[in-house]
Amino acid sequence: MGNFDRTLSSEDVVRRRATLLQRLHIDGWLLLILLALAAGGLFVLYSASGKNWDILLKQASSFGLGLLAMFIVAQIEPRFMARWVPLAYLAGTSMLLYVELFGYTAMGATRWIHIPGVIRFQPSEFMKLIMPATIAWYLARGSLPPRLKHICISLLLIGIPFVLVLKQPDLGTAMLILASGAFVLFMGGLRWRWISAAVAAAVPIAVAMWYFVLHDYQKRRIHTFLDPESDPLGSGWNIIQSKAAIGSGGVFGKGWLQGTQSHLDFLPESHTDFIIAVLGEEFGLVGICLLLMVYLVLIGRGLFITAQAQTLFGKLLAGSITMTFFVYVFVNIGMVSGLLPVVGVPLPFISYGGTSLVTLMTGFGVLMSVHTHRKWIAQA
Amino acid sequence: MPQPIRLKDHERDARLVRRRVVVGAVLVVMLTLVLVARAYYLQVIQYDHHTTLAENNRIHVQPIPPTRGLIFDRNGVIIADNRPSFSLTVTRERAGDWQAVLDTLVQVLELTAEDRAIFEKRFRQGRRPFEPVPILFELTEEQIARIAVNQFRLPGVEVTAQLVRHYPLGEHFAQSVGYVGRINEQELKKLDPVDYSGTHHIGKTGAEKFYENVLHGEVGYEEVETNARGRVLRVLKRTEPQSGRDLTLNLDLKLQQAAEAALAGRRGAVVAIEPATGGILAMASQPSFDPNLFVTGISFKDYAALRDSIDRPLYNRVLRGLYPPGSTIKPMVAAAGLDAGVITERSRIFDPGYYQLPNYEHKYRNWNRNGEGWVDLQLAIMRSNDTYFYDLALKLGVRRLHDYLYGMGIGRRVSIDLGEEAEGLMPSPEWKRARYRQAWYPGETLILGIGQGYMQATPLQLAQATALVANKGRWVRPRLLRSAAGLTPEQLMADGEIPQVETPPDVVLKDMKYWDMVSNGMQQVLHNPRGTAFKVGSQALYRIAGKSGTAQVVAIKQGEKYDRSKIKERHRDHALFIAFAPVENPQIAVAVMVENGESGSGVAAPVVKQVMDAWLLDDSGQLKAQFRPASPAVESH
Repeated sequence: MGNFDRTLSSEDVVRRRATLLQRLHIDGWLLLILLALAAGGLFVLYSASGKNWDILLKQASSFGLGLLAMFIVAQIEPRFMARWVPLAYLAGTSMLLYVELFGYTAMGATRWIHIPGVIRFQPSEFMKLIMPATIAWYLARGSLPPRLKHICISLLLIGIPFVLVLKQPDLGTAMLILASGAFVLFMGGLRWRWISAAVAAAVPIAVAMWYFVLHDYQKRRIHTFLDPESDPLGSGWNIIQSKAAIGSGGVFGKGWLQGTQSHLDFLPESHTDFIIAVLGEEFGLVGICLLLMVYLVLIGRGLFITAQAQTLFGKLLAGSITMTFFVYVFVNIGMVSGLLPVVGVPLPFISYGGTSLVTLMTGFGVLMSVHTHRKWIAQA
Repeated sequence: MPQPIRLKDHERDARLVRRRVVVGAVLVVMLTLVLVARAYYLQVIQYDHHTTLAENNRIHVQPIPPTRGLIFDRNGVIIADNRPSFSLTVTRERAGDWQAVLDTLVQVLELTAEDRAIFEKRFRQGRRPFEPVPILFELTEEQIARIAVNQFRLPGVEVTAQLVRHYPLGEHFAQSVGYVGRINEQELKKLDPVDYSGTHHIGKTGAEKFYENVLHGEVGYEEVETNARGRVLRVLKRTEPQSGRDLTLNLDLKLQQAAEAALAGRRGAVVAIEPATGGILAMASQPSFDPNLFVTGISFKDYAALRDSIDRPLYNRVLRGLYPPGSTIKPMVAAAGLDAGVITERSRIFDPGYYQLPNYEHKYRNWNRNGEGWVDLQLAIMRSNDTYFYDLALKLGVRRLHDYLYGMGIGRRVSIDLGEEAEGLMPSPEWKRARYRQAWYPGETLILGIGQGYMQATPLQLAQATALVANKGRWVRPRLLRSAAGLTPEQLMADGEIPQVETPPDVVLKDMKYWDMVSNGMQQVLHNPRGTAFKVGSQALYRIAGKSGTAQVVAIKQGEKYDRSKIKERHRDHALFIAFAPVENPQIAVAVMVENGESGSGVAAPVVKQVMDAWLLDDSGQLKAQFRPASPAVESH
């Protein structure tokens, strides 16, 4: 029963050092890193938006709102969350269904529920958090690693919202929802043979689809999607320009506000999805490495919280949120630097956009909650 | 074997998750290293390359617009070609203070404040960064020289040559081929922004609009390196645009000119169809206008003059002009009557000069108030006897009348590729209830029999119905296009390049002889001394089957006589005539409408004959060899 002793003693330590932050259920490390990221993000955004104070103030107030959301969520006990997760999943999925049937269309996509004069929001954004929580709740009921039946039900649970969001169409968000659910399975010890089987099956299915199912025009669309540079007047334009912007930054960059590509409007979307190109141009390889380092520390802290979490629900949820956060980073930078196809995923805490900021902060609020509501009897 | 009871082993679960955390951490670090490696590759290894592109020189992608397909008539005469034209473009990013540049430009070219407002509007339509926006077209030599001299004061301003649509034949094909014009904002929203990135013009009317997909081609592009002042230093990569496909139309320039000459300055419409193929040989709506005016933007004054002209040159009478078909509908009504069995070739009725419905006072008049006595089918068509057709319409009933005439193309769009075609109207009791919330009256059936009342048709529909009679019921949709790069309209339809339209089912009568009976009646109109158009038919070198008609412009009261002296010129009846020839082997079906021409036989029929002569006779005034019937039915000189 050595473990019992260890848990008791660490709890003792925690109790002794119960600071103001802990009583507020705030994780100091996470807060510090997030504040640093947000401050750096505003810095870059000022340059990327062409010194636009309006955008800057909006982003800052979104960040404030995000902090508030994070603080509130951090107060909620994970066990309380787990109790309400199934209901949240049902509500979220029905809202997505509602969007599919009667949703509000803007810019060619139907993503919004719009109650005129009251509110307009994207239910898919909530799903980014509800999804991992649901799978975590489901897997935490049984024992690990999940068996085939549990995997199938989990995939069904992931599949419904995934398909609904994909149809909106919003590939970026659909992918993040899929990833957040899949990472719970991964964290839950999904057997390697299932993982390799899934990968192995994907290849022949894709090949068969290509030759037997897809029409020529669909193939062409996939082709431009995978190789945007074949379409230099359309989506390829962004990639050609963003690569030139990053590349011309060199090791140390051209200096803050000195980027020519972004400031001469060569670079579209420079303050939203493509903001890393501005950072790369103005702060160079050093700037990109520094940013990646901060991200790594943040993810490290998230994984540490995962390992330390006492309930299985908490572990799975925290692990998935952390890993999904990395998906944001990897997909965004990969896409802007021409490694991956263009998918609408923002660079967390740096890209302009209030909705994703609030969602991300809420996610970190969940991490804080998991970390600060530990009790030594929690596993009973 | 009983299943072992699974207990939650928390320590094991925790170990499992912890192992996965480690795997996850390794994965994250590895993928982060991939990103770092990518950044290193772009920023260190390819640094020089990207610096060249981004800093000293700038790379950008310029669209190369495809050359628009040409349009030819059936003999290869060019109807629409492309001519180089110089335009003035401004690139906002290079202009610096572009407001000041526009001011300088207006001053240098000695333009007005209104021109400047137009410049500004066009300037705001720019789509992509560093895209040169054209703001002034068709520069004169002097304007080019002035800009060259003042180039140093005009950063970002360039004179560029581009191909612009030109219609060498001017007015002749304005109504059929149509014209292109500047892409406007609504069109911009619907267009593929990539495909049209270098194109500034789009088909606005006629074939230019309908075959826009076919004519446009595919955009090309070049990656060019420019210096900071925007001058192209070298081309890095070039993908050629794909020119649009050429169109060869069924139209024939000579016939078109003959049709216009036949109208001799009167307002009206002529449309000629080849019955076997549905090819539109000529299509004239007079007066016409010069389509070249619209290509680079018509001036407000010119446009107002066209729009407000009392002769309405912009009004496409062939496709949009809706007229009650009048007596021209009688051959089709006769075919319906024969097929339905309500009349035979020999059945007769007595015409006292009017027709009365039982128990009604109202007298439905024959045009010849004296009456014609006993009338059979041949005589009814030949003399255009209204009484006979009142009776026939009543026997048929509105239901069957509607079905037969609709089946022949009245009240529906008949062409494949004339996008502006009006639908016309073939009324039915259901239609009347929906439109007016009123019941159908028997009297309304009567006047349908002589093509009056609610019925409305375009000259194109009348020509199509005539071709249908010539074809003995076989449907061929009229079409402008002969081939586009070897493809027929049907093939283009199958490829999804133009909207799909189905060919209506052929009109199959119980006995093919019925068509001959109708055709015989129509021949009497021109070749029997008592026929209404004998004057015209007697001079023809081939046999024509035709029918005259008049379309009322203002209603005449019961018991009142049409007195031309009392009626303003613009309120006089429109003259109609339809015909096909040679009857043994129909080569051409024509419909003519002469606005306020009053007499179908007197005014419209000669126009029809002139058009037919132009098509059927050779230079020496003989029937062309290929059109001669197999049997020597035609007198030879």
